[in-house]
Amino acid sequence: MSITPEQPAALDRRTVLRRAAAVGMLATPAIGLLSACATSGSDKETEQVGGGTKSAANPLGVKEDAAIEVIIFNGGYGEKYATDVHEPLYKKAFPKAEVKHQSTQAVSTVLQPRFASGNPPEFVNNSGEKLMDFGALVNDGQLQDLTELWDAPSVDDPAKKVRDTVVPGTVEAGSFNGKPYVLYYVSTVFGIWYSGKLFKDNGWAPAKTWDDFIALLTSIKAKGITPYGYAGSNAAYYQWNVILTQAAKIGGTDVLKNIDNLEDGAWKQDAIKQAATAWAEVGAKFSDKSFEGLKHTDVQLRQNQNKVALYPSGDWLEGEQKQDTPAGFEYQLMPVPSLTASDKLPVTALRATAGEGYFVSAKSKNPKGGLEYMRQMLSVAGAKGFTEVVKAPTVVTAGSEGFAFPPGVASSQAALKAAGQDVFNLYFDGWYKELDTEARAATNELMFGRINADAFVERIQKRADAIKKDTSVAKFKR
Amino acid sequence: MRHGKYPFVIGFLIAPVALYVTFVIWPYAQAFWISMTNWRGLSAPQYVGFDNFRRLLDDGAFWKAIQHHGVLLLALPLITIAIALFFAFLLNVGGKSSGGQRQGVWGSKFYRVVFFFPQVLAVAIIAVLFQTVYRPNESGLINGVLMKLGLDPVLFLIRPNLALWSIIAVLVWQAVGFYVVLFSAGMASIPGEIYEAAEMDGASRVTLFFRVTLPLLWDTLQVAWVYLGIAAFDCFAIVAVLSIDGGGPDGATTVLAVEIYRNAFTYQKYGYASAMGVALFFLTITFAALTLRLTKRESVEY
Repeated sequence: MSITPEQPAALDRRTVLRRAAAVGMLATPAIGLLSACATSGSDKETEQVGGGTKSAANPLGVKEDAAIEVIIFNGGYGEKYATDVHEPLYKKAFPKAEVKHQSTQAVSTVLQPRFASGNPPEFVNNSGEKLMDFGALVNDGQLQDLTELWDAPSVDDPAKKVRDTVVPGTVEAGSFNGKPYVLYYVSTVFGIWYSGKLFKDNGWAPAKTWDDFIALLTSIKAKGITPYGYAGSNAAYYQWNVILTQAAKIGGTDVLKNIDNLEDGAWKQDAIKQAATAWAEVGAKFSDKSFEGLKHTDVQLRQNQNKVALYPSGDWLEGEQKQDTPAGFEYQLMPVPSLTASDKLPVTALRATAGEGYFVSAKSKNPKGGLEYMRQMLSVAGAKGFTEVVKAPTVVTAGSEGFAFPPGVASSQAALKAAGQDVFNLYFDGWYKELDTEARAATNELMFGRINADAFVERIQKRADAIKKDTSVAKFKR
Repeated sequence: MRHGKYPFVIGFLIAPVALYVTFVIWPYAQAFWISMTNWRGLSAPQYVGFDNFRRLLDDGAFWKAIQHHGVLLLALPLITIAIALFFAFLLNVGGKSSGGQRQGVWGSKFYRVVFFFPQVLAVAIIAVLFQTVYRPNESGLINGVLMKLGLDPVLFLIRPNLALWSIIAVLVWQAVGFYVVLFSAGMASIPGEIYEAAEMDGASRVTLFFRVTLPLLWDTLQVAWVYLGIAAFDCFAIVAVLSIDGGGPDGATTVLAVEIYRNAFTYQKYGYASAMGVALFFLTITFAALTLRLTKRESVEY
């Protein structure tokens, strides 16, 4: 059809479009995004409920009919453990209290506005890709000091303090500058994972020395299987974890402590360069370039299909892959092999920590209720229930006794036992997110062959120095 | 002038203006204020003046993003408009003429609908779709075929100098349909007599396009250019979902919106992120003003 000049429609259309363009010009995209969560005045104090009477059954003095709101990250562990185990436990102890439950996959999206408007929920499982920055929360006084909880008598044995019922290191893992703010609840062991069946079928054995490791990778490659790989698209930190674990074995745990404490030249320590050099070679010869573009679940799935032999991760891996793991696959953990004969730590040494962070909001209506919820979680019944639902061990020592773990977690628990005192952890990624981002980018560059070990340590060091100088970033020490 | 006219007009205007001020202007004003603070999203912001803007000048990621916007600003409108014009020309006046009316190529009604499909899909879905298209192993749509043929896979989103162009290709793919429709509407409003007269004088299709269609479509092109320019300043969803590690590899595809998101929601540095937002605001507004000024010309009356 053609429109004759007498018809005003064409003109109208143009005018309308031109005006629309002007509006589009004003509505610049991203700036509005931010202001969506902007707030007018965020210093409102929430009125907190008073305490109840302290008693043997209520050592923290919780107000018995005060409501408590629980936010659970619905990720690898799901939310069933909260709705089926922990919340009923709280309800049983305080039948008059209302327990409000909410789960989310994007914690910060849901909670940021609530913190900003001074109305945070009592209890939060802060985890997943969109977790809130713990450092920022601590720095702002948003988190409840957990000292009172750790010193309270435990649910099962009033003679025992809660802190004595958990794995050593639990309280420290959630401490910032010496004060406990976060409960890390799930015992997590890191290592390199393989299929017990694949190894048995091929007569392969986990490697202890670096020479053995290279020989193992070579014979896997000869079978037409990609020997080693991690997902560059979103899980590069699985690999910096391996490099730093290796570095800690070479040079001792102070290597990691220096990194966490932002000591000058921490990343340029010789142990880190050696480890980076060794792993860059693995990346160049024994991995697949396409992995840089894949997500963690993609590479994990390839391992389940026996297309990848070795994969670095923590012991949540087995549970996460439950749907895709073929019968008889049999996950097994191998600690990172020793690089040299003069390594400071033995080959059994590994990184293990308490993972999956929970906190109580200091400025919520009923922080005492949040603490009590944690106390219930840390009871034997709470821990056992959690382990039964998600098949992962908790920090509660008595909680996993007599529990038959699936092969992967059983092997990581055995490795943890074998490690004895040689267990270490690192914290910089939780304290300084920007440093984590930089380490991830540099790790991809290193492992996929775009930079060498020197450039790797150089660029992360540069970012660490910048963070150290940045007065707007709160610093932590251990 | 009748008495009571103003109260009547104001009565109609007040509601939309109030809404606009509350939900558009006011958040903007807030963003400007937040950009001058070191707000971390929790307690009250502290005023730090132009500190955040000074930091921006030293921020490698910020400059990388600006550079990418430069590339996008040139490539996206040029490629999209060129392809859309070509298609629109074929669909409307590219075929035979019958009874003095120019026709589109055979099946043009069907193509018009097909071209519009990408516009109907949500951007996030397109990004996920192209993850599969670009996947670097045998399960990728393109690489699966290549590998079957015994060729090496193309690492679309992985090779730093290819990644940004892979993303631009998606943006073009998505946008073309809309502009085909837009230009089609513009072309439909060009009187058939002009074409007829030109044809009688022996003008070829190429001449018709460059001497008749293009000049008479100028206003529409201008609008398209501004639209696409603004789109080039955004690209958030596609880059965030499609690229490696949000703007990777190593920042090779990052754009300002992704950096804003990272600073705000990963680092919880809302003040700094707002400063980036303000920079983006000025970039966009400068672009739009410049484009409208530079492309201003007498519109042809017909």
